[in-house]
This record gives sequence, structure tokens and C-alpha cells, in this order.
Amino acid sequence: MNNPENLLYAESHEWLKVEGKEGVIGITDFAQDSLGDITFLDLPQVGDSFTKGQEMGTVESVKAASDIYMPCDCKVTAVNDNAINNPEIVNKDPYGEGWLIRVEITGSADGLLNAKDYAGKCVH
Amino acid sequence: MRTLFDKSVKGRMAVVPALPKKHAEDMLPHNLLRVKPAKLPELSELDVVRHFTQNSHKNFSVDGNFYPLGSCTMKYNAKVIEHIASLAGFSKLHPLTAQLKHGEQYTQGALQAVYEIEQYLCEINGMKAFTMQPMSGANGEFTGVMLIAAYHKDKGNKKTKIVVPDSAHGTNPASAMMAGYEIVNIASKDGMIDPDALEEALTDEVAALMMTCPNTLGLFERHLPKIVEKLRKIDALLYYDGANLNAIMGKMRVGDVGFDVVHLNLHKTMGTPHGGGGPGSGAVGVSARLEPYLPVGRVVKKSDGTYKLDFDYPKSIGYIAPFLGNFSVYVKALAYIMRLGKAGIPRAAEYAVLNANYLRKKMDSFLHVPFDRICMHEFVSSPPEGMHALDLAKALLEHGIHAPTIYFPLIVHECLMFEPTETENKETLDELVALMKEFVEKGLQDPNYLQQMPLTTPLRRLDETFAARNMILKQEEE
Repeated sequence: MNNPENLLYAESHEWLKVEGKEGVIGITDFAQDSLGDITFLDLPQVGDSFTKGQEMGTVESVKAASDIYMPCDCKVTAVNDNAINNPEIVNKDPYGEGWLIRVEITGSADGLLNAKDYAGKCVH
Repeated sequence: MRTLFDKSVKGRMAVVPALPKKHAEDMLPHNLLRVKPAKLPELSELDVVRHFTQNSHKNFSVDGNFYPLGSCTMKYNAKVIEHIASLAGFSKLHPLTAQLKHGEQYTQGALQAVYEIEQYLCEINGMKAFTMQPMSGANGEFTGVMLIAAYHKDKGNKKTKIVVPDSAHGTNPASAMMAGYEIVNIASKDGMIDPDALEEALTDEVAALMMTCPNTLGLFERHLPKIVEKLRKIDALLYYDGANLNAIMGKMRVGDVGFDVVHLNLHKTMGTPHGGGGPGSGAVGVSARLEPYLPVGRVVKKSDGTYKLDFDYPKSIGYIAPFLGNFSVYVKALAYIMRLGKAGIPRAAEYAVLNANYLRKKMDSFLHVPFDRICMHEFVSSPPEGMHALDLAKALLEHGIHAPTIYFPLIVHECLMFEPTETENKETLDELVALMKEFVEKGLQDPNYLQQMPLTTPLRRLDETFAARNMILKQEEE
């Protein structure tokens, strides 16, 4: 699995890229690989606020439907419509074009893992 | 596959109906008329007979093939049970008759059948009373949760949450949420409810714990007495998802253990061919403290030995289904119980468990069996690393055996879940073992071998992803 060093990871398999007060959130390579072909994404609306660990959406594949949890306290500023319309890009490029939402981080992003520690959590 | 519409030829027909005296335009207001005529296929009688007969030959059914589908008991159902349910006294009875004034005198046999199946189910499960109304497992779950809500409301309890372990059936949280509860999920540990996680989840707001037992891993919960004790302390109820009753019927009575509500999937356990969405029967049993809330009408036996419908239960949750539910399905369950009797019912459970354990031991040399202990009626396993459950399932189809449940439960990697049921013989089980062993060995040598399966089924690999992403739900007009 290729997990970029510059991202933070949640044990529930979401990633967070911190860009100052803003952040980008997606699901990890391990998550997309475990799910298989993704068929449907249910994501929050711009303006919605969440606390860390709260359910913010659903990802559905041919195998299963799984909840997506928010890795930090935040408010949604953008949603990746391209991923909603073409969910296969989350399989192809989970850390790039397959990002899910952009947020304004409203609390701390403490408690998330670095790439190395997260890799240790990726066991079946 | 060509549809009836593809085969349609303009003007071809099977019978020539007498010309209607009036046209639709003469009888209906203008705004209710079709703008253009309905598109109907035009075929001869023989075209239609051949179309459906040929399609029926492509059916995969337990009458023709072995069906080791875990997560849903797909046993063979004896034809005599079908015969009994089709007797004219049952099948030709108008469902309203019993509810008419004085109607019960014309329906004593049917009312007696309802009364007796309820009594038998109470005895088998150790419950105080049963309702036969729910028309499916999920409908039964919803009824059960409504009964729990009615109990707490009546007692003035402020309860807002229902606890569901991750080894429960997926419909459990869905049913609880539909009834308005907040769901608290707890993780399992070593295939069982984690007592520490449960302790943490059990607050005063908890209305009930919903358990699937044996759980979706095919394992029997070990911590039951402690769980019951903890729930009693906070006046929370214990719900039993009886979809897996096949493993324990006649061996353990859930009422004796302390369960307050149980739903049974009679269509799975007792005598009804099912699949493809119905018909079902999700009978619900309750302990004494929940009896006042059961749906109406209830069949009661009068002092003169006759039966009547009784609607006088002021605390009842009301009606769940018209005409006391799927009558013909639970008539089959009654026939099943009477056919097997007191000796046969536990024997069916014993053979179901024996067959599952036989398969588990035979397959653990080439599949990974994560819980290496005696299982109940089904067991979970994973293929060697890098091999896919889907590919093995497709290879089985090629050899005329239905795939096991795959990728469920989610807590097992590349899960293959087998449930042979009590109705399969040793030769059939050995054939499955031999095929699985061959597939794993060949798959390890050459991954392409499995990926090309199946080769000779009417359709080979369907593009499930494309179908899920581009749903076409109706035939487009030309």
C-alpha cells in the first residue's frame, strides 16, 4: 500500500491533508482496495458541520456499504462532484482525484496517525 | 437473453377476445385515458409457453442443485408440506371470512391451525405468546422493536437507544432505526460480544440489546447469562434474531435463557421454499411482560373448545398485517412441526450442526478458518492470501453448486460462509469439499484458472459494477 507521508490517517481509514486552516479528506488506498469497485458515494452538503468521529457519509461498493467518519472537527466547504458522478476515480486515485470533501478545520486534528503508524493498522 | 418484447410480432396473438361492447373512452373521464396505447408484447400461446419454460430451465434451485448458502437457511422442503398447505380448506378460504360477523363458525379449522402453530412455537422457544402476523423476517424485527417501544412507553421509561453487536444481522440496526431508536454499535471480540464494550454501551437510555444467536460467524454466544443480568439491572430488554434458529431448535429455548422478544424466519427454518423476496413469515414470540402489547386480532380458544378472533387488547400495538399475515406460509410451518415431532425437530438441528462441522473440519486444511472451534449451523472461512472469495464462488457455479455467501459478515476478510443444512447427504458434502480443494490448488498454481470461471453457465461474469453504477430500471420506449 502506498500511503503518502504528508497526510494524516484515521484508524477508520480516512485521510486528512492539512493546508493551514483548511483540509482535504478522502478514504485510504487500503479502504478502497478492501471495498472493491465503488458504485456510490453519499457525501455531506457544503456548510454542514461535524465533530471528529461523526458519520459524514457512506461509500458503497459491489461488496458492502460502509460509513465514512470525519477525522476532525470541521465545516464542509466543497464536495468532489466528480467523485460522486464517477466513483471509480476513488478506486483509481484515492489520494488525488478521488478526494471526497474540502473542509475548514474548526478543532484540532490530534489523535490521527502518520503514514508509518497507519500502515501498521492495515491488516485484514 | 431475448425478452417477450424482443420476440413480439405485430398482430400475432394467442386468443381472439370477443370485441368489447364499450371502449375505454366511453367509460372513463378524458384525463384518465392513455395518451398513447400501452406497449404490450404480441405473441402466440406457444411463444409464451416456450419463453417461460426455457427461462425456468435456467433457474438455479434447491430442487435441482446443492445450495450451501450461509446467512440464509436454504434447506430442501418436503413436498408433503406443500400438499398440506394447498388443501382446499386452507387455500380456497377467503381471508376475510374469519373477520365477518359470525364468520368464525365457517373458519374453525383455519383458526385452530393459527392457534396451534402459536402453541407449538411457544413450546419450542419457551415464550409466553406468539403473533403470526409479520410477513417477513424484517417485518418481524420491526414488530419486535415496536413491542419493546410499547413496553417502555407504558412503564414511563425514557429509552432512546438500542445496542447492536457487529456480529448481528444487518437488518437489526435498520429495524431499530425505523422504529425511531438511535443505534449503538459494539465490536465483537474473538467472535463473541465483548463484555467490556457492552458494559460501556449499557447506559440508562438503552431500551434493548438485539442479538443474532448463533451469530453471523456461526458461533454461539458464550456470555449470555451475564448479558441478561446486566440488561435486567437497567430494565432493558433482550431481543433474539431467530434467523439462525435451525441450529438450536429443540435444543435450547431462548425464553428459558431470558430473551424477551424473538422473531423467527419460518420460511427459512420450517418448510417453505423461499428466496427472491418471498413469501415469508416472521412470527414474533414474547415473554409475559410483553404479551399485552402484541398485535390484534389474536386467536383465542373459548371454554367450549371453539376458536375466535379477539380484538380486546387495549395496550396492543395494533395491526401489523391484514388477515393474520402470510397464512399459507405458517400452515407449512405447522405441517413441518407436526411431521418432525418432538424427536425430529432436535434431530434436524443436530444434523444441521453436524454437517456444518464436517465441512469445517474437511476444509480447514486448505481454507483459513478464523474461529477454530465447534461451529453451529454455518461457519466462516477465508481463501489463501491473494485469492478472491468471488472467484471461488464463480467456480462452484460452473460445477452446479450454488455459491456460499461471500463478503459477509464484513468482519471476516474475503469471507466465504457455508451452511450445508441438515438435508444434504455425505456424498454431496464430499463433492463440495473435493471441488473447493481442487479450486484452491489450481488457483494457487494459476490465478487465471479461477478468474475465467464460470465457463458454461447461461451467462458468465455479469458486470456488477457497471450494473450498480448505471441502473436501468425500465424498458425504454422505442
